[in-house]
Amino acid sequence: MLLEIKDLSIEFHDHDVPERVVHDVSFSLAEGEILGIVGESGSGKSMTAMAIAGLLKRHDVEKKGTILFEGTELLHASRAQLRKVQGNDIGIIFQEPMTSLNPVKRIGWQVEESLRIHRPDMSKEERRHRAITALSDVELPNPEQVYKKYPHELSGGMRQRVMIASAMICEPKLLIADEPTTALDVTIQLQIVKLLQRLNKEKKMAVLFISHDLSLVKRLCDRIIVMHNGDLVEQGSAQEIFENPKECYTKELIDAIPRLEKLV
Amino acid sequence: MKYGLKKFVTMLITILCISFLVYLAFDVIPGDAALAALGTDVEPERLAALREEMGLNRPFLERYFDWLLSFVTGDFGTSYKYNLPVADMIVSKLPVTVIMALISFIIMTAVSLPVGIYTAKHSGGRIDRVITVVNQIMMSVPHFFMGIIITYVFGMVFKLFTPGGFVSYETDIAGFLSYIIFPCIAIALPKIAMSVKLLRGSCVGEAKKDYVRTAYSKGNNTNKVLYRHVLKNAMIPVITLWGMMLADMLVGSIVIEQVFNIPGIGRILLTSISYRDYPVVEAIIVLIAFVVVVTNFCVDIIYGIIDPRINVGAE
Repeated sequence: MLLEIKDLSIEFHDHDVPERVVHDVSFSLAEGEILGIVGESGSGKSMTAMAIAGLLKRHDVEKKGTILFEGTELLHASRAQLRKVQGNDIGIIFQEPMTSLNPVKRIGWQVEESLRIHRPDMSKEERRHRAITALSDVELPNPEQVYKKYPHELSGGMRQRVMIASAMICEPKLLIADEPTTALDVTIQLQIVKLLQRLNKEKKMAVLFISHDLSLVKRLCDRIIVMHNGDLVEQGSAQEIFENPKECYTKELIDAIPRLEKLV
Repeated sequence: MKYGLKKFVTMLITILCISFLVYLAFDVIPGDAALAALGTDVEPERLAALREEMGLNRPFLERYFDWLLSFVTGDFGTSYKYNLPVADMIVSKLPVTVIMALISFIIMTAVSLPVGIYTAKHSGGRIDRVITVVNQIMMSVPHFFMGIIITYVFGMVFKLFTPGGFVSYETDIAGFLSYIIFPCIAIALPKIAMSVKLLRGSCVGEAKKDYVRTAYSKGNNTNKVLYRHVLKNAMIPVITLWGMMLADMLVGSIVIEQVFNIPGIGRILLTSISYRDYPVVEAIIVLIAFVVVVTNFCVDIIYGIIDPRINVGAE
């Protein structure tokens, strides 16, 4: 198993009453697999993703359980240990492509950043070459030109592609996509999903796809986890979940997908 | 380049407007060169004759353009009181004021940058809280009062300099610098407090943005996130403040020059105002305005370099 999560619980203590956002969640992810986590906002799906990526805030938070990535414990690992994995073995893209890139740095510089951190011996030309290859891998037209541009010169969909390119530059074994399409319009959403599908096949990279959009999850994922109020409600193959949901909550979620016949 | 050119043209227009307003103001105020030369108890006929001779009866715009043209060529007119060319009076005093402003500015940037970054990095910590309180005090004390305290503490208690014993830079550079450093500290202290506060707030605000999370997700440590990502963004408002402060330091030195008995522009300005020596006042006002406008122009250019979003349409 590439990733094994056992009894993960996350509690925030920044208010008077402790807030439990994830409760005893266990699941695993095989190499090259696409796993979807679905649930409404506040279900704890993003916090689970942040915990795996090592991006939970450092204060006022209580973490329990284990996150094993290739057998190494990440949840209670030191910052220095985490940094070796971040951007190198685990890449992450976020919901907000408009603000996730640094506005005053060129695209090329940002795409290459993980290489500068994790492959310090690589030459400048090699880095540039890799970055431009990565930009063309995510199907951006004129990657050489994009390399020199600033974020504000690109559209939301293009910026999300840049985010994917920079998350994948070190060829991570796991890509976490935290609602990567929510801020984009529908046609772009589908393009991004297809792109993730293609990259998963070509690079043999596992994808943890987090979304509240079941129709996208159904299209993309091999297996699906349903979360609700911090609990893992149900998990199974995409087919099982959609054709034979066991829990009422899952049924409700599936019924909430807008369908043409319902509208007519 | 298009952006720079646009800003440059704006700057020229601003300077022109200011010069016009200043000339207009001093034209409206009673008293002119003829009256100043002859005194108030002169017969009206002689006054009128001299006015005609000096060309003061010509239309306003004609006189304005004449004045502007000679101003551009470095002829700022003649002082009513001392009967000296205004240019000579100002040029001999300008270096002291300019050097003071520059040293104050250097002290301000050199102190506020590291302190601001430190407090931002350790925000909420003990040292941060102490500095916040010190900042509040510094900000609320006007710089002339700071000057008095510094004179008392460093001049009279520690005897690091002789209060009132200004040394000209022409005779003794080291002596000049070791005297001037104290008024410069007095000017810089309140400004340090303000820019530390702004830089700290700006860094803390930037650190909450999404791109910082992206930077951490790539394996950056806190220092790299701070210096490679946050700082450049956080500096944008700070540079605006510094631009305003550089201009303010030139003007602000007028009061401090009095406290420390320094013969700079400020002293000429105050004496010329009390003697109604209009050509001198006019020239100094236009010069100060010029410095402010040019500083703003430089800030705009630096903006364009730091923040690519400002250069829209530049390609």
